[in-house]
Amino acid sequence: MPKIKMPKSTPSLDMTPMVDLAFLLVTFFMLTASFRAAEPVVVDTPSSISEKMLPDNYMLISIDKDGKPFFSITNAAVRRKTLEEIGGKYGIKFTEDELKRFGVMTSFGVPVASLKAYINASESQRLAIPSPGIPMDSTDNQLDQWVLIAYKNYQYDLQAKKNDAEAKKEEFDKKKLDLKFAIKADAGAPYVKVKKVIDVFTNREIYQFNMITTMEEKR
Amino acid sequence: MAEIQESGGGGGGKHSKKRAKKSSTRIDMTPMVDLAFLLLTFFILTSTFNKPKAMDLAFPAKPKPEDQIDKVKANGISILLGENGKVYWYPGALKPETVIEKTNFSNTGLRMIFTNGNSKIIKNMNVLRRDAQKWNYPQVFADSLFKLKSREIKSDKDALVVLIKADEKASYKNVIDVVDELNITDIGKFSIMDMTPEEKAKLDAVK
Repeated sequence: MPKIKMPKSTPSLDMTPMVDLAFLLVTFFMLTASFRAAEPVVVDTPSSISEKMLPDNYMLISIDKDGKPFFSITNAAVRRKTLEEIGGKYGIKFTEDELKRFGVMTSFGVPVASLKAYINASESQRLAIPSPGIPMDSTDNQLDQWVLIAYKNYQYDLQAKKNDAEAKKEEFDKKKLDLKFAIKADAGAPYVKVKKVIDVFTNREIYQFNMITTMEEKR
Repeated sequence: MAEIQESGGGGGGKHSKKRAKKSSTRIDMTPMVDLAFLLLTFFILTSTFNKPKAMDLAFPAKPKPEDQIDKVKANGISILLGENGKVYWYPGALKPETVIEKTNFSNTGLRMIFTNGNSKIIKNMNVLRRDAQKWNYPQVFADSLFKLKSREIKSDKDALVVLIKADEKASYKNVIDVVDELNITDIGKFSIMDMTPEEKAKLDAVK
């Protein structure tokens, strides 16, 4: 019987396909990842069996466990215009830089009076600023103004997009661009507080909502 | 670890002439691969695939309890939500002699009430779901057809009508839990409304 020869050279492996795959995956994850900016509030949503995805364009009202409302809308251009108009209404002049910063901000829960300081704070400083929620008393219903003005500006923006698409003879998918109203309330929030926010909408004849929930298995 | 063989590059059969020794053109890829995997691990761990899910919910324009109760006859029930996740229910319209019954969020509680009251719709919906699996239509068309048909089934006149009434101490979670149970038991006719003073009195009495 011949002797078994041990290979002299070090065993080597062609790593190229593995490296290719690794880089492919890296590229994929880098491109799909969208970094979530720090939210000013932690909301632990209740669970439901709903499998529906949140639509792309939405106005979001977050409600923390004490029932304080926070406002946000997805479109940056609309946010800018809304802030400008709100500023005009409450007699606060926002600079170009502040408008720009507000455009990329996440949701906020401060009254208009302290919004300027909030916008100018850095992201880490903002977390230290207490958020009393957007006022929504009948005497000073700022939330209503935010909802109304943001909605109006969104519709203008949508109309502009539609005209643009028509001028270029492109297809315009209105259904996809339609603004939805999302409510992200904490599971422990008292229902009356959530109802108060919903009443702001129903008073403006908005009745359809997307309640944000975490998914749960159907038992 | 993976090592790159440093022995001469390329062919070189038996008959090749002896040439000046070329230096290897290969480079050590190990650090690059390390970095690639580091990044890969980072992105896998930080990415969250679960985009939040949303539940459709419609609220009535101006709730008028009197109007609703007129409509609610034999096939209507009211769910009363109190503090600390307490839940009570009663069938039909509220009369002075009505006794509100305690229940819970388990499979033998609300689920049982809803499935018993809505059995016809659940049966029809299950038939529809089974049929839908055999449909041979494009996805978009099948989806809208399913929606249309399920809406038709759910608006049947025998369908259970559920009124959800939360008092000021009920939590948002309880309301969502009830709506979730309604979705599970295929109840399309429901409304979230304010509690009437009579119901409030009944609820206080059993506490």
